[in-house]
Amino acid sequence: MSLLSAEKLTKTYRSGDIDVPALKGVDFSIEAAAFVAFVGPSGSGKSTLLNLIGCLDHPTSGTLKVLDTDIATLDRRAAARFRGEHIGFVFQDFNLIPVLTVFENVEYPLRMVQQWPAAKRRDQVLRLLDAVGMADQAHKRPDQISGGQKQRVAVARALVSDPKLVLADEPTANLDSETAHRVLELMKKMRDEFRTTFVFSTHDARIMGEAETIFTLEDGRLLNGGSHA
Amino acid sequence: MLDILGIASRNLLRYGRRTLLTLLLIVIGMVAVLLFIGVAGSFKSMMVGQITDSVLGHVQVHRKGYVASIDSLPLNLNMRPNMLAKIESELDGNPAIAAWSPRIKFGGMFSNFAETTSIRINGIDPAREATTVPLLSGRLQEGDKNAALVERGQIVIPLLLARGMKTQLGDTVVVVATNRDGSVNGKTFVVRGILESISGPGGRDGYIHIDDAREILRMTEDQVSEIVVRLKDFSQLNRVGGQIKAAVEGLTNKEGKPMLEVHEWTQLSPFANIAKMIDLMTLFIKIVLVSIVLVSVMNVMIMAVYERIREIGTIAAIGTPPSRILALFLAEGLMLGIAGTLAGIVLSLAGIYGINVWQPTFDFGMQKGLVMAPAIAAGDVLTIAGLVIAVAIIASLQPAWKASRMDPITALRHV
Ligand SMILES: Nc1ncnc2c1ncn2[C@@H]1O[C@H](COP(=O)(O)OP(=O)(O)OP(=O)(O)O)[C@@H](O)[C@H]1O
Ligand SMILES: [Mg+2]
Repeated sequence: MSLLSAEKLTKTYRSGDIDVPALKGVDFSIEAAAFVAFVGPSGSGKSTLLNLIGCLDHPTSGTLKVLDTDIATLDRRAAARFRGEHIGFVFQDFNLIPVLTVFENVEYPLRMVQQWPAAKRRDQVLRLLDAVGMADQAHKRPDQISGGQKQRVAVARALVSDPKLVLADEPTANLDSETAHRVLELMKKMRDEFRTTFVFSTHDARIMGEAETIFTLEDGRLLNGGSHA
Repeated sequence: MLDILGIASRNLLRYGRRTLLTLLLIVIGMVAVLLFIGVAGSFKSMMVGQITDSVLGHVQVHRKGYVASIDSLPLNLNMRPNMLAKIESELDGNPAIAAWSPRIKFGGMFSNFAETTSIRINGIDPAREATTVPLLSGRLQEGDKNAALVERGQIVIPLLLARGMKTQLGDTVVVVATNRDGSVNGKTFVVRGILESISGPGGRDGYIHIDDAREILRMTEDQVSEIVVRLKDFSQLNRVGGQIKAAVEGLTNKEGKPMLEVHEWTQLSPFANIAKMIDLMTLFIKIVLVSIVLVSVMNVMIMAVYERIREIGTIAAIGTPPSRILALFLAEGLMLGIAGTLAGIVLSLAGIYGINVWQPTFDFGMQKGLVMAPAIAAGDVLTIAGLVIAVAIIASLQPAWKASRMDPITALRHV
């Protein structure tokens, strides 16, 4: 049984009086613990698709099932709960909370989204910080660490509540290629360690190579059924 | 510490200067209100106390129509003994009344054998008067404050009259009056005291013993012009005043018409209007405070939400419930309110304490050198504090609500 499956999935934005079709009927399925990239030129619909998978938006037609849940059935509140329980996010701009330390940023989902007991929380945060190699920076503020380090912290935050799925829209766009590769390696290592499914998007050809499955989007359509690298 | 209050306080500190400016506005507003309440309120209660405790009492009873023509002190509108007996039983039966005192008021001529002038006189029962208007003897500038105010054959005269007539303590003077039948009578008195004048009706009257008054006026029965009532609890004025009114104004003559009228002190003294003005100004300044807090907190919270749109998008995307996002921003407004309130209270109390140490004086009408002694009730402080905190929360509601309703995708794309 697949973790993610899309059938005839479309998304059309309305901007003013004109319809902008961003996804024009997309079918795919992704298995648990996969390491998947959606690639394609700018405007091809990568972000649109990842937003749908992340239950941040509703499809215009077709179905998208995430962990057997038809995401079209989720309202605002239910979608927020679903994201909090099952999906981790890594953002292009890292998006750490500036007033919180590294430790507290990773702790945030366990405290403000879910309610883990304090002792369990501490162990989990330390485990994740250790896994991403940031344990020695735990007390620092985001503005005191580098971009690559921020993204490591963000990966730890995405994984801290043991989600089934981590989504990363262009996670390396703001990093130099050396650092980008390291972050990708980290993500893969995390996949191996936690058996979490990783789905990311990129238009950087050098990064694509890290993926085990690549879906190519162009003008809102999938060009292949998921080629294996 | 990573809970809602912790995050909120760090966000406030992150924009320290802006937070400080907002706090400053709240503090200035609080200090203005509390100092005003302290100073104006104590001025008001001092003046009200002077007027009620030395002249007017809390409630007065007269024959119907007397107050309307009180300037001429009409002798044909006195209360007769049979009415008095009824009033007496009503007043004595009311447990909220501390004391009452009968007065005979009349206008006459005052002579020091060289010069003559007019005088308004109260004939009083000194013991009853002392319990009903306890501050009266405190106004004695000359003469023993601890003895009975007047014995028979003694007179207490107002300071202005004493000055104008160059009359001194111990001098013998004559009071001449015309009674209601038109016959003139006079009596000599020894000046036993000189009273400091105060503003308002009755503030420049002379006092003699009630029996001397009846003698001058050749009264054949024990009539009374005015009954002054003191309540046990001044704050119950409206309630007890209403009771007395209902009881006394219900007494009727043989034709079934009401023959008495009851007034609370506020209806007898123009100072009641000044007191009302002070209350009104207090209300206005409270409205200004509310506006300041509302506008400054709302402004700072709108800025806070606007600056942190991407942050809001982030925490919403990773699953923070909308209610918690709302709480995060409400907590910022709440903490601004609490911090401003605490600082405002501390500064205001320090200011009030400072004024009490400094003891500035002021003049009010005839009274010179009154010492300003502001005080503020804990209840007032708590009310204002509650008001400011409530307004700070209300001012944060709209921005916080907006933050909690934000669409994560739009918010994350915001630059
Ligand atoms: N909110 C929106 N309203 C209208 N049109 C939109 C909106 N979001 C995206 N689009 C349009 O949908 C199409 C797909 O956009 P999308 O952001 O998914 O592309 P992308 O592959 O992520 O591009 P990039 O690599 O530049 O991030 C584009 O034509 C874009 O202009
Ligand atoms: Mg994109």
